[in-house]
Amino acid sequence: MSTAVDICLTVNGERVSRRIEARRHLVDFLRLDLGLMGTRAGCEHGMCGACTVRVDGRIARGCLLLAAALDGAEVETIEGVSQSGEMRDLQDAFITRNACQCGYCTPGMLLTAADLLSVNPHPTRAQIREHLAGNYCRCTGYQAIVDAVEATAAGRNAKSEP
Amino acid sequence: MSDIIDPRSVDRPNSYIGRSVPRPNAKYLVEGQGRYVDDIVLARMVHVAFLRSPHAHARLLAVDGTAALALPGVLRVFTGADLSPHCEPWVATLAHLKGMKSPPQRPLPLERATWVGEALAAVVADSRAAAEDALAHVRVDYEPLPAVVDMERALLAATPVIHAELGDNLCFQRVNETGEVEKAFARAHKIVASTFYSGRHTGLTIEPRAILADFNRASGRLTVYHSTQAPHMMQAVFAKHMRLSEGDVRVICGDVGGSYGIKVHVYPDEVAVAVIAKIMGRPVKFIADRLESFSSDIHARDHRIRARMAVDAAGHITAIDVDDLTGIGPYSVYPRTSAVEGNQVVNLVGGPYDFANLRARTTVVFQNKTPTCQYRAVGHPIATAVTEGLVDLAAEALGLDPVEFRRRNLMRDGSYPRTSPAGMKFEGLSHEASLTKLVGMMDYPALRSEQARLRSEGIYRGIGIASFIELTNPSPFMYGVGGARISAQDGCSVRIDPDGSVVAASGVTEQGQGTEAILRQIVAETVGVPIADVRIITGDTLITPYGGGTWACRGAGIGGEAALRAGLAVKEAALKVAGAMLQVGPDALDLVDGHIVERKSGLPRMPLAELARIVYFRGDTLPPDLPRELMQTRHFITKEYPFAFTNGVQASWLEVDVDSGIVRLLKHWCVEDCGRVINPLLVDEQVRGGIVQGLGAALYEHCLYSPEGQLLVGSMADYLVPMAAEMPDIEVGHVETPTKESLLGAKGAGEAGTAGAPAAVMNAINDALRPLGAKVFAQPFTPERILAALGKVPTRWPESDQSPLRTDAPANTGSLAHRAPAFLSRLLRRA
Repeated sequence: MSTAVDICLTVNGERVSRRIEARRHLVDFLRLDLGLMGTRAGCEHGMCGACTVRVDGRIARGCLLLAAALDGAEVETIEGVSQSGEMRDLQDAFITRNACQCGYCTPGMLLTAADLLSVNPHPTRAQIREHLAGNYCRCTGYQAIVDAVEATAAGRNAKSEP
Repeated sequence: MSDIIDPRSVDRPNSYIGRSVPRPNAKYLVEGQGRYVDDIVLARMVHVAFLRSPHAHARLLAVDGTAALALPGVLRVFTGADLSPHCEPWVATLAHLKGMKSPPQRPLPLERATWVGEALAAVVADSRAAAEDALAHVRVDYEPLPAVVDMERALLAATPVIHAELGDNLCFQRVNETGEVEKAFARAHKIVASTFYSGRHTGLTIEPRAILADFNRASGRLTVYHSTQAPHMMQAVFAKHMRLSEGDVRVICGDVGGSYGIKVHVYPDEVAVAVIAKIMGRPVKFIADRLESFSSDIHARDHRIRARMAVDAAGHITAIDVDDLTGIGPYSVYPRTSAVEGNQVVNLVGGPYDFANLRARTTVVFQNKTPTCQYRAVGHPIATAVTEGLVDLAAEALGLDPVEFRRRNLMRDGSYPRTSPAGMKFEGLSHEASLTKLVGMMDYPALRSEQARLRSEGIYRGIGIASFIELTNPSPFMYGVGGARISAQDGCSVRIDPDGSVVAASGVTEQGQGTEAILRQIVAETVGVPIADVRIITGDTLITPYGGGTWACRGAGIGGEAALRAGLAVKEAALKVAGAMLQVGPDALDLVDGHIVERKSGLPRMPLAELARIVYFRGDTLPPDLPRELMQTRHFITKEYPFAFTNGVQASWLEVDVDSGIVRLLKHWCVEDCGRVINPLLVDEQVRGGIVQGLGAALYEHCLYSPEGQLLVGSMADYLVPMAAEMPDIEVGHVETPTKESLLGAKGAGEAGTAGAPAAVMNAINDALRPLGAKVFAQPFTPERILAALGKVPTRWPESDQSPLRTDAPANTGSLAHRAPAFLSRLLRRA
């Protein structure tokens, strides 16, 4: 039950080496071993999306991935993307539109929304709702989040037009 | 004073009240920098995992932790007997709920398990994982006992009594009767009736229940980091039952990942954590996992209501008669009790309407399921669904449009103050104005034409309307008079620091609603400083003024008013010092945007920071007898009305697929009147979030049990919640009828959405199905229930049993496929 595994990976641009239990989930690895508390455990069944992080450029559930499988991987969390400023406009839109209330789902929601905008710069409201359908938010009723994502897309498109 | 808080004068200085100012908390939350209980790590901290009952009812013959103790990392195993000497049991009754009874409850039970999920033993280890591993090695010998599952059978002579010492399974019963109900029904032009079911559901906070208790043996002090809504209430509870003085207990509540009423109760396992911390003399953490949340967070709204309404030939309601039955689990929940929900149904039924004769009975019974208690909009969605369901039935029986029928029967806007047949005192409501506004927002006539046109194409769309009232700003009449140490008053301290910045500490709490944001607006405006210069402190019993916390929509109305008065008092104190410094009367000065100015000309005389510098560092230069109290505390409690009622009306526009039974929500509207709106952005999002919670109850959420009392939903894969793809856009409008009990005029806004949404959806479904002669009254309105109403599938559950499962369904399987509208509709869309 407690087989140790050595892993070496990149987390938010920094190289990390750790000896971990084979059963350690990514979300626990980030929180308990690295102190990155912005990634949160909500259901631990892959249903709520609160633990969403980016692994090798794609969003993934931190509760469904074993850290032991991530040797050599590149992991990005809300702390990393906040530091780099890559989704500052999206975060600002969340603040302006009050798209986060208790804030527990917010990091996962932001990473999922940013993922949509990276592949679809012109999403419809229905497409935004569909893409966010794996991220549970009990507080907002989702509309403010959809509005914030829509506004961010509009802002980016206005900027990119000549 | 009134010009200071009149949001109509938009050019007033520091005019933050009434504006959509963003929340200061959002800035750090979007960067993942919130600090929830599970983010706190203390030296020597250990972790608890609970062994939970797999039986609905069983005698505990033996609990043995010997084998578990041998595992690596395991430190202690505690049974009920181990904790009992360290903790006084509690009994969750309130004196003003006459005749109510409930058995004593302990952190861990001594003799019997009484619901699936009840904590029976605690394993403490150096990691949560090690503690969980050890649970499998705690040996419990059970003697299974017959379980009381169906609330309809709880009071039958043949049904076993769960707590023999109580004599029967009745917790509480109350009849609220006004006028001559039987006579009114005898004389009625038409009588409509139905039996309504509100499905047992739960709050599902995304942050599970969380507690970290630390006991310092040297100082004798207990510090509890707690995800809670009511720190002072919890302080009193820990102190009383652990035999500590209240002064030796400190409850700290940082960021909370959602509460909705779930986190305002005393949970036995959380008390166990505090007791274990005291025994071990070190920090002990417990974070519920999702399965534990489903089986041990409070459930709510397990009700069956038989209801009828009498109307006269002119289309006026003459009488309402309801008989409510609710099953609350094996214990009433401490200290608010589990009788309040049924009591609210009795108090709120018929609430928006002008009629004379009411009989409302609630019967609250014990059963072997997870305990139920107050959850967002306590009792309101049930009372509203019953009332509005009857209203639509009556309109149909009379051949009247549902809007027209409501117009004839709603309480007139100019008729306040008045008292409802249920005895509720209304200071001022706006049902007529709200309905008029709603009908305009949704373009009701156009929607009716579209509905008619689509019906001819075989598309079944429906419009459902629901007027409602909401109880906010509660006085001691809610809990205090019943003997509970739950504060209805709240305080706020506001101080000016040497740099001219302002710090306010309040007894109300923040769980994401924006409590701290609105307090900041109020304080900035009343003191007269830029909002960026104000910091808010909440959630620490050692630091903040005593208060009730945040529940029953009291944060803005009670906490906000205390902040307003404290802010004005600090301003007055500062102007007194300024007057002495500038050799003018304080009345000739004002405090605007962080500067002392001449009141008439607005001419700046001195920065507030300069005044504060003199007060704190050069007090020698001021007149010796001059008061220089730059910190002021004020408290507020409502006195004239037991509650500040709000009102509103919602509408749902939806489509029913009559082949699959799937409901597609197209649009939702809400007009609500919470008095003074302090921050329109935050109020609208409270309303929207509340509505979606109500939509979940109406369509998806259901805590299903097997006939043996086995909980059949244990994850978010089989307990469905509203997700983004299924939810409609929601339009929110306001009518403002401020309460005159306070200068601020604010009433609560957090529960209005949840109160009305299920009724609006029910009426919309029944409106859509009207041409087909089908109706549904049992929430959640699953595809199966809609198809059963259409006669397309057999009704597989007895009307007395809320569970739509076959009695031969094996535990933990089979519930998903036939009640998965969210997944199904997603699949269909992709197909």
